[in-house]
Amino acid sequence: MKKLSFVIAIAASSVLLFSCKSKVTDEALTTAVNAKVAAMSDVAAANVSVKEGVVTVTGECKDQACSDKCKAALEEAKVEGVKSIDWKCTIAPPPAPQQVELPASVATVLDANVIQVLKDGLKDIKGITVDYTAAKPAVVGEVTAATRMKIMQIFSMAKIVPDVTKLVTTK
Amino acid sequence: MSVQVKYAALVALAGSLGVQNLVVAEKEGVLHVSGTANSTADYDALWASYNTIDPDMVSGDLLMNIDIKADAGTSLKVTTDSSNLNIRSTPSTEGEVVGKAAHDEVVTLVEKTNDSWWKIATKDGEEGYAYAQYLSPL
Repeated sequence: MKKLSFVIAIAASSVLLFSCKSKVTDEALTTAVNAKVAAMSDVAAANVSVKEGVVTVTGECKDQACSDKCKAALEEAKVEGVKSIDWKCTIAPPPAPQQVELPASVATVLDANVIQVLKDGLKDIKGITVDYTAAKPAVVGEVTAATRMKIMQIFSMAKIVPDVTKLVTTK
Repeated sequence: MSVQVKYAALVALAGSLGVQNLVVAEKEGVLHVSGTANSTADYDALWASYNTIDPDMVSGDLLMNIDIKADAGTSLKVTTDSSNLNIRSTPSTEGEVVGKAAHDEVVTLVEKTNDSWWKIATKDGEEGYAYAQYLSPL
């Protein structure tokens, strides 16, 4: 009788043991791994699939270092039931170089239209002469500080740098 | 000293004033700065900064092509030295003078025809083109 009880006890514990070791389903693993991957903000468009305990992760990382770090983090998480991890995240292509916009003045040349704009603006300013034949139009004369600024502003609006080294500011 | 370093305070000021479409580039030793200032006060502050960094602005190493934000209907003050501002039939000094606006008079912007000529209207109903550099948005 004692022997029979022992056998029954062994059998019962085996059943119990067996139920404790019940297999983690692929669905449950997908959920568990997904939670880990979803927390990785560096992985874009991540997708997790599991087949018989083998986890496949796809998505896009900004660079190789980021991909390696995320893969290592998932391995270290040691999600129960995971047999192996097939890390298939790709690396995002580098961003296209931005088209740098340049100020229009960079390309402005002293042509007839620009000279006309300058003449229109400067015609009422007394006491100066302007030589438009120089590479940089040379302004010569004597003006007040306020007029000097107005002259500079007129040239700037026409997108031309003048030579004002011979323009004297009266005190 | 590079022009970028020389005018760093001016570029920083333009940034802090919120100059729109601010673009800065260097070419052949000249720093080109362009954008649209939000007010005449901001515009004046930038020019004062230029004059402080480069006294009398004689170095010829900065081109500050900054205009002032102004939409149609904006009031503009005539900023001629003391004389009247001609209002013309076309956006050029070739255009016939169709009216005059006095020094310090306030007129209304009809449209920014181009960088140098704006179409304006006076209180008396005169309408035509005037040189933009003598008009300051209020």
